[in-house]
Amino acid sequence: MSKKTDENKDIPTTGHSWDGIEEYDNPMPRWWVWVFYATIVWGIGYSIAYPAWPGIKSATAGVLGFSTRANVAADIQAQEDKLGPINAKLEAADLTAIVDDAELNGFAVSSGAAVFKTWCAQCHGSGAAGAVGYPNLLDNDWLWGGDIENIYLTVKHGIRNEEDDDARYSQMTAFGDILEAEQIDEVVNFVMSLSGDPVDASKVEAGAVVYEENCAACHMEDGTGDQFQGAPNLADAIWLFGGDYDSIAQTVKYSRFGVMPAWQPRLSEAQIRAVSLYVHQLGGGE
Amino acid sequence: MALLDKHKIIETNATLLLVLSFLVVTVGGIVQIAPLFWLENTIEDVEGMRPYTPLELAGRDIYIREGCYVCHSQMIRPMRDEVERYGHYSLAAESKYDHPFQWGSKRTGPDLARVGGRYSDEWHLDHMRDPQSVVPESVMPKYGFLERKKLDGKYVGDLLKANAVVGVPYTEEMIANAQADFRAQANPDSDYDGLLERYGDNVNIRSFDGHSGVSEMDAIIAYLQMLGTLVDFSTFTPDASR
Repeated sequence: MSKKTDENKDIPTTGHSWDGIEEYDNPMPRWWVWVFYATIVWGIGYSIAYPAWPGIKSATAGVLGFSTRANVAADIQAQEDKLGPINAKLEAADLTAIVDDAELNGFAVSSGAAVFKTWCAQCHGSGAAGAVGYPNLLDNDWLWGGDIENIYLTVKHGIRNEEDDDARYSQMTAFGDILEAEQIDEVVNFVMSLSGDPVDASKVEAGAVVYEENCAACHMEDGTGDQFQGAPNLADAIWLFGGDYDSIAQTVKYSRFGVMPAWQPRLSEAQIRAVSLYVHQLGGGE
Repeated sequence: MALLDKHKIIETNATLLLVLSFLVVTVGGIVQIAPLFWLENTIEDVEGMRPYTPLELAGRDIYIREGCYVCHSQMIRPMRDEVERYGHYSLAAESKYDHPFQWGSKRTGPDLARVGGRYSDEWHLDHMRDPQSVVPESVMPKYGFLERKKLDGKYVGDLLKANAVVGVPYTEEMIANAQADFRAQANPDSDYDGLLERYGDNVNIRSFDGHSGVSEMDAIIAYLQMLGTLVDFSTFTPDASR
């Protein structure tokens, strides 16, 4: 757009003139023009092939019949077709016998590991070591039973949830209003003595009496717990909510219990079985 | 090209240029937006959807206030990997009472469209107080302060009214009883029959934070625990042609 020089005077201008400065009217580069026309043709073709033009009540569906919903359904179906036979075998097999079938067990454990990482790791940890209030699944301490059938029941129905009527349920009494502060102090010391050293050894004997009267019905006289009621073993060094004096006192006063969702509607039967087998083989399975 | 030469008239008249540009944009806008109100395949009616209860709506406001949407989306896309991780893909109808919707596309944290019922209330409580206590690799900040802020629900009726203005079908009765419903949902010992009558049986009634009274924590957990739980996908199959 510089001032028109003599040698360029044959090139046409747009006719615009600003203070004597004129604008060349050079043609667009050919490649650009052809790409431009090609995009128009492509656009027309695309709007015929795919859903595009809206009408009043419906839109053109496109001759290729594209649908995101149909695509994802086909994707899921393809995966189900691939895994269908082995999943069906997993669903039909006797839970306790799967471990003897190396191929089926291998599939179940790998598939269960994926289910665990997606749905269980948020509470039980990605390595299944749990957290305060969320049981460690690697050790031999089980609240509701660690054999494959009990693990399966727990995964399927959950624990103490409202959504599944078959969820196992129990509730510890909050003893804060029932026992005297002194009795709580004693029983905490007794409970600590079962697996280690109490804070005040002189209170253990009195605590044993309080324990016998209030706790032994669920946690058993020797403190080993009762898996039928989900009553934890107090005689080992494994503590769900902490084994120091303050944590145990808190538990006795206010009671504690975890809630686990039921996985039955969210996960398929095969997934539930797979994740149960995965958890069972982690090290603590009975 | 006599017609094209006339563009000089438009270009030299700012008002005319403005009016004609406006007309062009209007036509474009109508073609894009208007059919959405009538196109039958964009309006899918789904059984089970209900407006948020007052407590859930308050929780939603806290969710927006705290900027949860900056890291969490609420839309499960129709792809196999998403469906396997989060559950059934989201339907448009599932966010029809959302003003504004929380779809989003930024996922520093996971999608929350179907987080309802996936974890226990205690987990949410632990996780809000200290996310790393349950998910060590998490980068989520702590939201324990929500527990200490008590709510009386004095203005929750106005919140319902505002939503009713933009089209959420809150009835006069719902608005009038908003504060009572707000309190009833967080108290399992309350008289919550009215709440269930107005919002249906699919309402979680319990103390979400484990303490009496209503805290912001109650509200946000009540909201999270209902997300994505209204449509029963065991009885509903979306039309694949949509």
